[in-house]
Amino acid sequence: MSDTAVSQPLDQSEEMPVTDPADALLQVENLHTVFRQGRRAINAVNGVSFSVGRGETLAIVGESGSGKSVTAMSLLRLIPSPPGEIIDGDVYFDGRNLLDMSEDELRSVRGNEIAMIFQEPMTSLNPVLSVRQQLAEPMRVHRKVKEENIEARCLDLLRQVRIPDPEARLDAYPHQFSGGMRQRVMIAMALACEPRLLIADEPTTALDVTVQAQILELLKDLTRQHGSSMILITHDLGVVARYADRINVMYAGQIVESGTALEIFENPRHPYTLGLIASMPRLDAEEKARLKPIEGQPPDLGNPPAGCAFHPRCPFAKPQCREQDPPLEPYRGNHLKACWVNVDE
Amino acid sequence: MGVYLLRRLLALIPTLLFASILVFGVVRLVPGDVLDLMLSENDYSASTHDTRADLERALGLDDPIYIQYVNWLGDVVLRGDLGESLWRNTSVNAEIAERLPVTIELGVLSLLIALTIAIPVGVYSAVRQEALGDHLGRSFSIIALAVPNFWLGTMVVILPAMWWGWSPPSIIQPFFSDPIENLKVFLVPSLILGASLSAVVMRMTRTMMLEVLRQDYIRTAWAKGLRERKVVLRHAVKNAMIPVITLVGILVPILFGGTVIIEQIFRLPGIGQLLLDSVSNRDYPIITGIFLISGVMVLVVNLLVDLCYGLLDPKVRYDD
Repeated sequence: MSDTAVSQPLDQSEEMPVTDPADALLQVENLHTVFRQGRRAINAVNGVSFSVGRGETLAIVGESGSGKSVTAMSLLRLIPSPPGEIIDGDVYFDGRNLLDMSEDELRSVRGNEIAMIFQEPMTSLNPVLSVRQQLAEPMRVHRKVKEENIEARCLDLLRQVRIPDPEARLDAYPHQFSGGMRQRVMIAMALACEPRLLIADEPTTALDVTVQAQILELLKDLTRQHGSSMILITHDLGVVARYADRINVMYAGQIVESGTALEIFENPRHPYTLGLIASMPRLDAEEKARLKPIEGQPPDLGNPPAGCAFHPRCPFAKPQCREQDPPLEPYRGNHLKACWVNVDE
Repeated sequence: MGVYLLRRLLALIPTLLFASILVFGVVRLVPGDVLDLMLSENDYSASTHDTRADLERALGLDDPIYIQYVNWLGDVVLRGDLGESLWRNTSVNAEIAERLPVTIELGVLSLLIALTIAIPVGVYSAVRQEALGDHLGRSFSIIALAVPNFWLGTMVVILPAMWWGWSPPSIIQPFFSDPIENLKVFLVPSLILGASLSAVVMRMTRTMMLEVLRQDYIRTAWAKGLRERKVVLRHAVKNAMIPVITLVGILVPILFGGTVIIEQIFRLPGIGQLLLDSVSNRDYPIITGIFLISGVMVLVVNLLVDLCYGLLDPKVRYDD
């Protein structure tokens, strides 16, 4: 049941990663994840390739259903199967293909070298186990920490995530914590084995605005301290601008634009990115200016439109967009876009 | 915890009082009168009570029903005395005390068998949903639900007797002096009672496990790199057991009903058999006593169930 991925035999001759695996900590190549509903197949992730450098924070941005969470879950093969299935692609972590690993090998990566934080702190902790029990688990499984050292290590972790009075909180249960505090416990748990990559799947979506900022600052500080890389999944562009080195914009299961935070905000090249930025509330906007939503609805991924998936909603669409799916190509250096249109025209 | 327990035990008193009124009254509303029954039997018509009124007076049934109730209740509360059988000169306490261990052993054994089958199979069925084992487990539970245990019990008694001249033993050795001989008597009836219970518990366990396995915290457990064993046994089962425990509390009275029939089929001298005899003889004190005792047991089991929540669910605290 945990065997959530299809293991593709690695064909050494042609499937080698494009960039030198020594550079990137994580290299995702042409990832395809589908969900089957009867005879329908929903292409939730449809040919996604990207890489995360060491110590880098990569943001994956997109609206609900764009495939960003599924991408994150696919990396660790946490897609519930059935109905989900990774049908193609490679995920190289430090040169090793996660999608080819045996269940045992993968387990030694999960929670150890790659840890994950989820969207819902209220439901992501087990209600019947104490914080101590849950916090100690990854250390017991991966690090063989001696029993007598576990308590000290747990307290240290709770201090790192700035939970006040950790001694008193260690034996508490999740329902005795607020949402923000639970997310701190989740972060402490994720950091227990000092992972090299932290995947944070909308870590602040369920939290109050003030708590959001605290959690993000905490994540930023801790990853920087440990030199960990982070994949930050969010639909909130405001979060991205502040915390991400690089940004992947996802739409309908594909990356439509990729660049540094500066490139994406200063010079967005994809009409969807433009739309996202235009729909952000701004403090410097003139009074009573209305937000500009992107017209229309995201496509049905079981039956996507021909050509560019965004063309039905795109104000710049031209005939070519209806016929050919644009590839993700360099616009300038490492700033990539998947669009036939030059938005400046 | 102590305060909670005391409060719960005190709350049993009004419940039992109400139940006793109900039982005392309803038993006497059953059509057919004990006096008519007795007078139609030879040894009574030949006895000293030559008139109906004499007999009624002798049995203490001539007072108005509320006086009878108050007298009876007084004996129960003050002396723990449930009265005397109308037919035999034996005390109800002794009759019940003699037979209660048989019924309790049958019930406890059935419940143990049911849980030992149901929980592992239910968990397995959920974890390997749609696999062969799941289909086998679910088929078994459908069959066990569909086959009435009185039919199954009858077949188990009749068929081996017809084929091999074998019938289940019914002479009970005390469990602590000869456990093997004792279990020889109880095993088959307990299996039959346990099978139908296990079907219900298994389906509940499977449903709850499927529900729990979809929860976010199970995904968290996977993401931590835990083995499937740990994810299932440590993270899922404890959560799934909370409603299953409730179900067990509800099943106990149903189990008691089942023992009445099974005891009859296997000729086990338990409470069920005593109850059946007493109902057909209209032996009111015995019937009332049995209902009162079984009522106490059901209430106690439900109290235990409530205490079990505290062990499973940290949100339940008794010390407020």
